[in-house]
Amino acid sequence: MTQIITTSNFKSNARTALDDKNLQKALTHVERGFIGKRRSAMDALPEFDQLRDNARDIKNHTLENLDLYLEAYEEKVTKSGGKVHWAADAEEARNQILKICRDVGAKTVTKGKSMIAEEIGINDFLEENKIEPIETDLGEYIIQLRGETPSHIIAPAVHVLKEQVEEDFRRVHTHLPEARNLEEPESLLDEARKVLREKFLNADVGITGANFLIAETGTSVIVTNEGNGDLTQILPKVHIVLASIEKITPTLEDVSQILRVLARSATGQDMSVYTTFSTGPRREGDPDGPEEYHVILLDNGRSNMIGSEFQDMLRCIRCGSCMNHCPVYHAVGGHAYGWVYPGPMGAVLTPSLMGIKDGGQLPNASTFCGRCEAVCPMRIPLPKMMRSWREREFEKHLNPSLQRWGLKAWAYFAKRPKLYHLAMSFAIPVLSKIGWKKGRIKSLPFAGGWTKYRDLPAPESRTFQQQWAQREALKQEAK
Amino acid sequence: MMSSRDAILGKIRSVTAAGGDDSKRHEAVEDRLLNHPSGTIPARAQLKPKAQIELFCQQAEAVQTSVGHVKSYASVPKAVADYLREHNLPAEFRMGMDERLNDLSWDKAGALEVKSGPSDGNDLIGVSHAFGGIAETGTLLMLSGEDNPTTVNFLPETHIVVLKAGDIVGDYEALWSEVRTKFGAGEMPRTVNWVTGPSRSGDIQQTMLLGAHGPRSLHIIVVDG
Repeated sequence: MTQIITTSNFKSNARTALDDKNLQKALTHVERGFIGKRRSAMDALPEFDQLRDNARDIKNHTLENLDLYLEAYEEKVTKSGGKVHWAADAEEARNQILKICRDVGAKTVTKGKSMIAEEIGINDFLEENKIEPIETDLGEYIIQLRGETPSHIIAPAVHVLKEQVEEDFRRVHTHLPEARNLEEPESLLDEARKVLREKFLNADVGITGANFLIAETGTSVIVTNEGNGDLTQILPKVHIVLASIEKITPTLEDVSQILRVLARSATGQDMSVYTTFSTGPRREGDPDGPEEYHVILLDNGRSNMIGSEFQDMLRCIRCGSCMNHCPVYHAVGGHAYGWVYPGPMGAVLTPSLMGIKDGGQLPNASTFCGRCEAVCPMRIPLPKMMRSWREREFEKHLNPSLQRWGLKAWAYFAKRPKLYHLAMSFAIPVLSKIGWKKGRIKSLPFAGGWTKYRDLPAPESRTFQQQWAQREALKQEAK
Repeated sequence: MMSSRDAILGKIRSVTAAGGDDSKRHEAVEDRLLNHPSGTIPARAQLKPKAQIELFCQQAEAVQTSVGHVKSYASVPKAVADYLREHNLPAEFRMGMDERLNDLSWDKAGALEVKSGPSDGNDLIGVSHAFGGIAETGTLLMLSGEDNPTTVNFLPETHIVVLKAGDIVGDYEALWSEVRTKFGAGEMPRTVNWVTGPSRSGDIQQTMLLGAHGPRSLHIIVVDG
């Protein structure tokens, strides 16, 4: 599988997604699966909003002192027998990982779910170098079999239907009897468990991400429900933690504050099943655990965000709540965003990391309804930052000329109220007639892009100003 | 050529240390690392010890964990044997070197066969002793090492965990201070596992199913005495 970046094709990606019947069916699970559960978990914890404030403050404090906390963290990791590798960009991180793998003669590498691993495209790179990467999170495993990328940061295979998983398992697991029954999700899970158990036990290196890196103790933290991340890191000889610099959190207490909002915001659980704190390699007398412990600390554009108007984005803990609540994500899914990070967090982070030229369309994928900011456990002002990107895109003349012309034309009228009212008093009755009794317009010249997927609400027969004037006049008469 | 480490730290520092006098930042960071302020502790678990134990059991059961009680350690082998029999499981299991468990008379309780040491993936059942329990979310805290190897927490299909009622606390922060007492400030064992229920996955059509890669069932035996 080769990772193809299509962020600059967001519009055509979105069109394809809207026409994809399987995807549209699968996307109904996003709303059903996440929103209500988050709500109930939140309602059951009166301190939830206070914890969000604390989580925001902890991360702000950390970012303001990121250099100092990174140094403290490195010192602790080294003291516990681990090794920290600093990677300025994706290429450096890939080479560091390859070297560690080659030093132990690794043939297979198991992987816990890591968005940063996707960001640096480690799977393709390892394959090119004759090392087999094996995804072990069930969702990641499914999409690896399908040659796809994740479409959601915590539910990577949310776009795949159960029937499609069955097809993939039958296609790949050819050593299993053909007549086996895979109709129920339980039997699919069971099959994946058996197939992957072998892989866990035979892997030479395990790569996990990290939800947090703790400066106080030099600890990396992973949060999973399956236990795959744990089997990835305790069974092989070598454990590589792949984490970006903003994962640093000062203390065990600080992490505990943020963990209280993480699972609740992500899956609606009070706490995920496995929260694992790893510090260095196996100790004297330990009967299990890795003999080597490496941390790849990846920058890849993040240090540029410090001190910029996008610094708040570095508070993100990747819970996925913003996409779970986003009407645009519900309509087009994650792949339309064209790279690793979809939804509102992706619309802000992608242009920050890869530049506005390639990522500039994503901030337009928003209705500015504000739900993403309302549910963000880290209180990240996502709409504000998307607006900043839009402004930059316009300033740099990156929008298509028709769009720029349209905006200019609208601005011309908007700045001249009398002319605006006059134009509206002609246009509104016409639109109202087209909508006629139903109050909705099914198709309109030059607006096919809108009306193909939804109706345009038809306006009332007169403008707001006209109606207001009439109402006021009636009031006067009544006196 | 400048190392990536220096380049990254330098770029960050050009913003964070732009204010000039950097001693305040150093003080703030050192203070936080040393004193680790605890923030907001939910009122939910700030209860008397007995109520805390009840809340722990209730929260564990809410995440599909089963809970049993015994009066003293002497009754643990029988409780394990009974559980295995009730679930039609073989009378053999994997266990570490924890003295609180190793010293018990396992052979007297229904011919239980104990395999000692870490799991190699061929064990159906694992038995461990927890370091503590957190009432707030029904979470177990497990420490790595010879006493309770981490592989026993993850490889067997059934995980039975013995927990002393007196080791149940209200919140995560209370257990962190006990970890600090045991290992020293700023020190951790190789692995600390918080375990909140048996393994599960919602990756197929967002439907939660138990038993993904870790144990399919988790049973806690609370030693009340």
